[in-house]
Amino acid sequence: MSRLAVPKTYKLYIGGKFPRSESGRVYEVLGASGEFLANAAKASRKDARDAVVAARAAVSGWSKATGYNRGQVLYRIAELLEGRRAQFIEEITLAEGVSSSEAEAQVDEAIDRWIWYAGWADKYVQVAGNANAVSGPYFNISVPEPTGVVAIVAPQTSSLVGFVSAVAPALVAGNTVVVIASEALPLSAISLAEVLATSDVPGGVVNVLTGSPAEMAPWLASHADVNALDLVGAGELDWVQLQIDAAETLKRVFPPESGPDAATPSLARIVGFTETKTVWHTKSLI
Amino acid sequence: MSFLEYAPAPESTALLNLQSEYGLFIDGEFRAGSDPTFSTISPATEKRIATIASASTADVDAAVAAARRAYDSTWSRLSGRDRAKYLFRIARLVQERARELAVAESLDNGKPIKESRDVDVPLVAAWFFYYAGWADKLDHAGLGPNPRALGVAAQVIPWNFPLLMLAWKIAPALAAGNTVVLKPAETTPLTALLFAEIVQQAGLPAGVVNIITGAGSTGRDLVNHPDVNKVAFTGSTSVGREIARSLAGTSKKLTLELGGKGANIVFDDAPIDEAVEGIVRGIFFNQGHVCCAGSRLLVQENIHDEVVDRLKERLSTLRVGDPLDKNTDVGAINSAEQLARISELSEIGEAEGASRWSPACDLPSEGFWFAPTLFTNVSTASRIARDEIFGPVLSILSFRTPAEAVAKANNTPYGLSAGIWSSKGSRVLAVADKLRAGVVWANTYNQFDPASPFGGYKESGYGREGGKQGLAAYLAPAGLPSRAAERASGAAEIDSGNAEQGEAAVVAGAGGTAGNADSAGTTDTAGTAATEGDLK
Repeated sequence: MSRLAVPKTYKLYIGGKFPRSESGRVYEVLGASGEFLANAAKASRKDARDAVVAARAAVSGWSKATGYNRGQVLYRIAELLEGRRAQFIEEITLAEGVSSSEAEAQVDEAIDRWIWYAGWADKYVQVAGNANAVSGPYFNISVPEPTGVVAIVAPQTSSLVGFVSAVAPALVAGNTVVVIASEALPLSAISLAEVLATSDVPGGVVNVLTGSPAEMAPWLASHADVNALDLVGAGELDWVQLQIDAAETLKRVFPPESGPDAATPSLARIVGFTETKTVWHTKSLI
Repeated sequence: MSFLEYAPAPESTALLNLQSEYGLFIDGEFRAGSDPTFSTISPATEKRIATIASASTADVDAAVAAARRAYDSTWSRLSGRDRAKYLFRIARLVQERARELAVAESLDNGKPIKESRDVDVPLVAAWFFYYAGWADKLDHAGLGPNPRALGVAAQVIPWNFPLLMLAWKIAPALAAGNTVVLKPAETTPLTALLFAEIVQQAGLPAGVVNIITGAGSTGRDLVNHPDVNKVAFTGSTSVGREIARSLAGTSKKLTLELGGKGANIVFDDAPIDEAVEGIVRGIFFNQGHVCCAGSRLLVQENIHDEVVDRLKERLSTLRVGDPLDKNTDVGAINSAEQLARISELSEIGEAEGASRWSPACDLPSEGFWFAPTLFTNVSTASRIARDEIFGPVLSILSFRTPAEAVAKANNTPYGLSAGIWSSKGSRVLAVADKLRAGVVWANTYNQFDPASPFGGYKESGYGREGGKQGLAAYLAPAGLPSRAAERASGAAEIDSGNAEQGEAAVVAGAGGTAGNADSAGTTDTAGTAATEGDLK
């Protein structure tokens, strides 16, 4: 006699907690063959704004942590993901209708990308920063610092790899993130949020919204407390209007990408959401 | 006669050989503009200096087309080594004509000759010299091997440092292999036109540098031109915002250097004499027409009165007047419009309850002048503590703890610059870490160097000028597909015009590869030659 399964309730992830949408709305997430998988929360404008508040509050602590510390915290996520491989493989198999070996390859790639980025946390400053030989008695150094709160529209055709590839680079430098998951494939994003919640990543550093990107993205693009906007998964939205909205507070913007190479791991994805600070200090003449 | 009174010591204008009328510099030659001409005047006397052409939409088209032709046919095919030599030539020509350029700059802009002579023009030469050396070393710019140029760069610059902003824009663009169309500000076109003569003297291939003059509409036509691949703008945050909006959805790479409201923080253990000089340099340098000016002074409460007293004493010795006089410390306000804005904001400051003070000084009866001004008792909510005044007006606020200083300094949508004055190194470094500003000067202020990246956080813009970061603003990694090409295949709205750009860029990338490979073996030779030149 087979055991009756216990289905999971998928909720939002805001400020380290798992609330339902304040709007009370849900939408049906269907499997590749049209079967019902879950009711995901359909986040509202208010949820998006709450997520920005949580992300802003988390900037100070996360950006102040040493690169070594952030690197370890991020590496720990990869360890936890590894332990949950079976869960992610099953979710991806159901959601995308791919074979379990294909799903396994996706999970492996996501974990490996996560580790690649984790290793950058205490190195990107050395590669992107430099001492400057100025013509005068000054100590002069340029270092990249995190931009602040980054809003992301995650790749829409990928369950886990796309999500990881957009979120991890923003975190490496010490930014905090509000990410809109794939509308059709949101379950792995929420499962990843459960991993984050049980890791050492402080609450508010990553906030995950599920629901309609078309509905939520404009609020994030125009939000004055969002510093940067990654439109990697916004190709099907009116992303030109989102860029126009983002110009109001001069947000840094990554454009949409499409195809299997979207959000390919690169140092540019880390450095793109950093600001170079140059500090001059006088040297006494001795 | 007190010790402050000097006989006038005006710099001679005899070495200027100005034309009475200047055209647009397109495709290596001066030509008349299609729109009605305008005059550029000296803000110190309101007298006309020269008649300047205005570029129409068709003229902008012609300039961009010339830049595109030059990019395709010459500049993108030239080796980095040869691009470098052209830039070194320009640097030398600027040095040779330095005095003339300084006089022209002070005449047209109103800044004191000692600043144009000792700061602006030497930095212009330094900027070209620095970036010249990068042209054949792009593999080391941080974008991986064989980075490629973007194509045609549209550059719009402000009136506060006319020739220096030109150098900040043109030097890295050409070193990276782009061609440029630059529009100087309407009130200060003169030195850009003299620079066009230098471009001719340097024998630069026609169309590599194009200078078009005109008003805001010319700039708008330029940045929105469909055949431009890169836009670089320095100016106000409101115009920067407009440009960012109008470029949304295009493949143009954009860098913006916008406004600021820099905090200059003085701790009670600061070397006060140096701090007072630094405060004065921070806000009265160039009449305060400086985007990174230290326009908000934050003084620790227990030394507030002492610092204010010393500042008043120091301000009383500043000499305001003829920009061409070698003793002048503060020159003329650049335009009637800017003078009106400074006056208006200062009146608002008074109306909002701040105490206003200026030293006694006789201002000339003609021209645009504003006496150096201090405001004390300034509330953090006051417009003079929040808005960029862009004039010789300092708002003084106080703080008690380092945390309060940091909070007040960061309490602005801008994030361009900040200053810290303290004798304690550990405090300086800790405060510098917490300031959200692109440039932090500790125990100094308003220092610039081509090797040192400059640019803002938040609404002060994005991208850096100076250093290898400044070079990256004009390059794309070789490995990435051109975004223009990507878009052209993805978005129906963007037509084949961009597809062509994409292809052009790819072709250019290939040309750049050859150029770099070519120069790789001979870099040492070029480097040695440059060093020897310098030692002479």
